[in-house]
Amino acid sequence: MIEVVKAGMADSVQDAGRFGYQHLGINPTGAMDLNAMRIANALVGNQLNQAVVELIFPASSFCFHRSALIALSGADFSAKLNRKSIPINQPVLAPAKSELKFSRILNGSVGYLAVQGGFELIPWLNSYSTNLKATTGGVEGRYLKKGDKLELRNKGVIKIEQPQVLPWRADVSDFYSSTNTIRCLKGNEFDWLTKKSQSDFQKKEFVINVQSDRMGYRLKGIALGQNKKRELLSTAVTFGTIQLLPNGELIILMADHQTTGGYPRIGHVITADRSVLVQYRPNEKLSFQFVSLEEAEALAIAQSKSRAQLQVSCRLKLRELNQLP
Amino acid sequence: MDVAINDRVFRLFQYLQRHHKPFWKDLIPTCCTLTIVYDVVSIRNYHPSAFEWVSNELEHILHECEGSEPLPVRKLRIPVCYDPAFGFDLKPLAKTNKLSVDQVIELHSQQSYRVYMLGFLPGFAYMGIVNHKIATPRLSTPRRHVPAGSVGIAGNQTGIYPLNSPGGWNIIGRTPVKLFDPECESPTLLRPGDDVSFFPISKEEYDSFDPEKISNRPS
Repeated sequence: MIEVVKAGMADSVQDAGRFGYQHLGINPTGAMDLNAMRIANALVGNQLNQAVVELIFPASSFCFHRSALIALSGADFSAKLNRKSIPINQPVLAPAKSELKFSRILNGSVGYLAVQGGFELIPWLNSYSTNLKATTGGVEGRYLKKGDKLELRNKGVIKIEQPQVLPWRADVSDFYSSTNTIRCLKGNEFDWLTKKSQSDFQKKEFVINVQSDRMGYRLKGIALGQNKKRELLSTAVTFGTIQLLPNGELIILMADHQTTGGYPRIGHVITADRSVLVQYRPNEKLSFQFVSLEEAEALAIAQSKSRAQLQVSCRLKLRELNQLP
Repeated sequence: MDVAINDRVFRLFQYLQRHHKPFWKDLIPTCCTLTIVYDVVSIRNYHPSAFEWVSNELEHILHECEGSEPLPVRKLRIPVCYDPAFGFDLKPLAKTNKLSVDQVIELHSQQSYRVYMLGFLPGFAYMGIVNHKIATPRLSTPRRHVPAGSVGIAGNQTGIYPLNSPGGWNIIGRTPVKLFDPECESPTLLRPGDDVSFFPISKEEYDSFDPEKISNRPS
């Protein structure tokens, strides 16, 4: 079991999301940085979509009541296990009674903690993701709080006294290749922008606003205008949809997006660039670049292959060390 | 909102639900669009372009489902207490539309409504079309807190808040019926295409409402 000994700001249990219910208004939720979630799972030998703890700084502190094989990925919050610094993207053996704490943000916005075997939780509609709006899924449909106890599925005991970082590291460069350009597909209402705003969207820089959360990242930048006033009937939106708000600002919808929305859709961030986007911090700059659907698909496929390779090599390494259950 | 277009959306939605394929991750019908969320990676195992394959597939399906018989429409009757204690905007709405409160209640509860789509919140149904005499634009400033069960009007649509939420609809009453219950096998009471009507109940009936006895929960 692991116990939350100090509550973080907005940590929650997430998996790859709850799909198949959006026609009922039930939003999919799920991990913000799906690559990081899967890297953390691969490192401990889990299925890639196993439920993990998503961490937002200031993150919770955890106590491992039994020994466990763990991995952190995504944002680097300078983790310490029993006061010993541990790296992200490397598997770590945590002894029984050890404490995991996060002290400061080194880079990124959203971190993940995976534990070998995953957690004993009750799924809701086939998913462990926390749905804050429906207040269900994950741990009682809410952020983790002090005293929460997550039972581990893996009941095996690893005999170690001190935290031990295993000697291999996931190469994550394939998942964070584009740095300050976010690639996107043209949205259905892109043409509603004036010619100048169409060009500004593709040429100007935008800044991540501090009012950004799991629902959406708001952007500051040059105000964009519509060529005439038009009303859009509510229609489906998705993770990565870039909407134009009535005040001319943009919002990029993230993992906790609603199922439908009525604002013009200027673009959609491609799946392969979501991880880069998620890990931006407030006040960081980005610009947009349109790519073709073929390119977007090819990039998504390439990342999926990299993940599968990572999973295979991690399992081989763990088998060598006899660390697979 | 156009019934004929929504009917085509609904027909296609039903057809795709009946002929479900694992790489359709989600089907999201709205008033005049159907969005399909598909799994690019699994489709690309078999086809060089996921988008092309989905487009071709859909062209066939559109053709096939034009002639298909739509499933029978589910009919539901939902009790609403139009007491001003619940219907915060009932009096101002009546005044704006130059009607008495009773006339608003009568106009709202004398017809049935089609569920054009769900969205915004789990179980929130956009229903229409309300009588033009009570059609009213959204509040200029949305409320921070609208209680679950609140029944509202926005433009020519009516809807029920399934959860406590901020919201800008004109609230005219409240239903004791649970619109969203995560413990239920089908967690939302309403589904796209449903035919819904409202019947007025008193404050006493609202207070003594027993959800166990509700007979209108369709299977």
